Amino acid sequence: MDPKTYKFDTLSLHAGYQPSKNAGSRQVPIYQTTSYMFDDVDHAAALFNLERGGHIYSRMSNPTVQVLEERVCALEGGTAALATASGMSAIFLTIMTLCNAGDHMVVSSQLYGGTVNLFRLTLPKFGIKTTFVKPRDTEGFKKAIQPNTKGIFGELVGNPGNELMNMPEVSKIAKEAGIPLIIDSTYQTPYLCRPFEHGADLVVHSLTKWMSGNGSSMAGILVEGGTFDWMQNDKFPSMTKPYEGYHGLSFAEEFGPTAFTMMARAEGMRDMGPCLAPQNAWNILHGIETLSLRMEKHCSNALKMVEYLSNHESVAWVSHASAPGHPDKELAEKILPKGTGSMIAFGIKGGKEAGAAFINNVKLASHLANVGDARTLVIHPASATHSQMDEATLKFAGLSHDMIRLSVGLEDFEDIVNDFEDGFRAAKKPRLVANK
Amino acid sequence: MKFKVRGIDTFASTGGRPFDKNKPLIIFVHGSGLSHMVWVLQTRYFAFRGYSVLAVDLPGHGLSSGESLKTIEEMGDWVGDVIGAVGCKEASLVGHSQGCLVTMECVAQHPKKIKTLTLMGGASAIPMNPELLRLAEESNPKAVDLMMDFAHGPAGHFGGHPVPGLYHLNVGSMLVQNKEIKDTLGVDFRACDNYKSGPEVAKKLDLPTISILGAQDRMCRLKDGQKLADMIKGSEVHIIENCGHMMLLEEADQTLEILKKFIIEKDPIN
Repeated sequence: MDPKTYKFDTLSLHAGYQPSKNAGSRQVPIYQTTSYMFDDVDHAAALFNLERGGHIYSRMSNPTVQVLEERVCALEGGTAALATASGMSAIFLTIMTLCNAGDHMVVSSQLYGGTVNLFRLTLPKFGIKTTFVKPRDTEGFKKAIQPNTKGIFGELVGNPGNELMNMPEVSKIAKEAGIPLIIDSTYQTPYLCRPFEHGADLVVHSLTKWMSGNGSSMAGILVEGGTFDWMQNDKFPSMTKPYEGYHGLSFAEEFGPTAFTMMARAEGMRDMGPCLAPQNAWNILHGIETLSLRMEKHCSNALKMVEYLSNHESVAWVSHASAPGHPDKELAEKILPKGTGSMIAFGIKGGKEAGAAFINNVKLASHLANVGDARTLVIHPASATHSQMDEATLKFAGLSHDMIRLSVGLEDFEDIVNDFEDGFRAAKKPRLVANK
Repeated sequence: MKFKVRGIDTFASTGGRPFDKNKPLIIFVHGSGLSHMVWVLQTRYFAFRGYSVLAVDLPGHGLSSGESLKTIEEMGDWVGDVIGAVGCKEASLVGHSQGCLVTMECVAQHPKKIKTLTLMGGASAIPMNPELLRLAEESNPKAVDLMMDFAHGPAGHFGGHPVPGLYHLNVGSMLVQNKEIKDTLGVDFRACDNYKSGPEVAKKLDLPTISILGAQDRMCRLKDGQKLADMIKGSEVHIIENCGHMMLLEEADQTLEILKKFIIEKDPIN
């Protein structure tokens, strides 16, 4: 006897939506509206007071966005989700729901540059401080925890160096300390890894990337695993004590495994308002419909690229968890059995100058700041995505000036290789090649 | 709030309002392995409309201490004791699934204390599938997966939770897995399977009663729910279409509307 609940690919197409409740429309409608009619005054009061579910104002929730939230939640195996205007706003909303002024976070040092700056420069303005720990330094996460630490945050596969955080072990450290582990799983998508199955308590994504795959729309999401007991200690009074903003409601008592998301929506979306536009939610939903198919091709193309780059005379080093000799290969095989994603970092011989020439001379690969597009993307992090970081921070984050970050797309592999050969040829004699 | 019942720490949600023993009391009783949290889309409404609400965690469940009670009869008697423990003399009862058996037993044992009875997804007997019972008693998480599958209708399986962003199946699953499965779900399933007095108790009920049934309920089938309602003198019946066993979440608004009409008419605020 086995449960007949829907599986991953089915959920990618159907979760969160019932045509019968939407005029029979097979595709999810775009509810392009700011607000929703109340039945009467009693209905309005009940909605505002969280006595019943429903929509009030699209800053808080929207029916199209709701489908996206439930779909990602179902795919991640979570209890609740909250979509936001971007991945960064999902992270900010998460931290602002978790922490108060005077609190502290322990954070992996290998992150998208914008996330580093959020923790290093912006959150201290709100009285929230961070200790950065190198992703492979599992014991370092434990040592960095202070009495006022409210969580551990990291990207499972760090951007851009592809170093892995040992999520199962760091999760044990978080549990011992009575704090949640928050994983940015943008690089993996739930197709490659479901962090709740490895001990994470909260997951954030930039849906702009592989989940969408089409490079058309910004979006982010917070997903709750329902695994964290907010009432186990006194660290999270805003979750456990009566909340003045909702007539003394205790989110943990009333909502249990969905308490964090309920509070993030009720307080964070109400007060900060980083809401997702329904059109963007619809665009992302289209991408998710083909998530499995795309991720398989992303990963297979990435494996071929790793082999190609590893054997190329112009390449000094390659970092991808599938690569022979990668320090995290064994861990990756354990927690990323379907593939280690399509992000590759490699060093080009000739350093920064050669890197610039390479990027200026590839024509198929797009030089831009995004990752996870269906198209192949390249960038030189030290001069772009991570350019706001000083030398010491770059070094601590594992970035070098010869590093090229590659997001392998879905094009025919041979076409990507031919394009890269043009880039490598130019990189060998950068001074002879005119800038584009 | 926390209070003592038979000397044991007991938790009940008061729907976000301070408990007031002078207001009409409604007690909500959850189903097997679950907790007060399943009632959030019904309790808060009444709590802010002049009623005192207690969505109890049965002993050993949710935030209540103690060990799970082993029989439906014990649970029914315990709910009767809750009323006195909070300083009240009478209450309306609302039960879901196993909670229907418990609330019927409570009425049978404490008839003078109970003003109205609401039965959601109920039947006069809830015999368990032997394999499901075995899995639950072995703390096998598959028991929870099977329960979530059986308990939810189309809404639960596809989604469309009344609260934006929540995903039915996983919320229910986490509520059950909050505790050791064998100590809550396993004990509850065994209590349901052992309980044979339902028809006899139902036939003796003599108070305003309503049955709210899901048309696609696979845990307590619609025909079994209707049979139970037929046994109860003067029972009202409401059937919610396109809905499984978890009507209190799957079709929370419809459930609340039916409950509102019934409670406000039969147990009005003075």
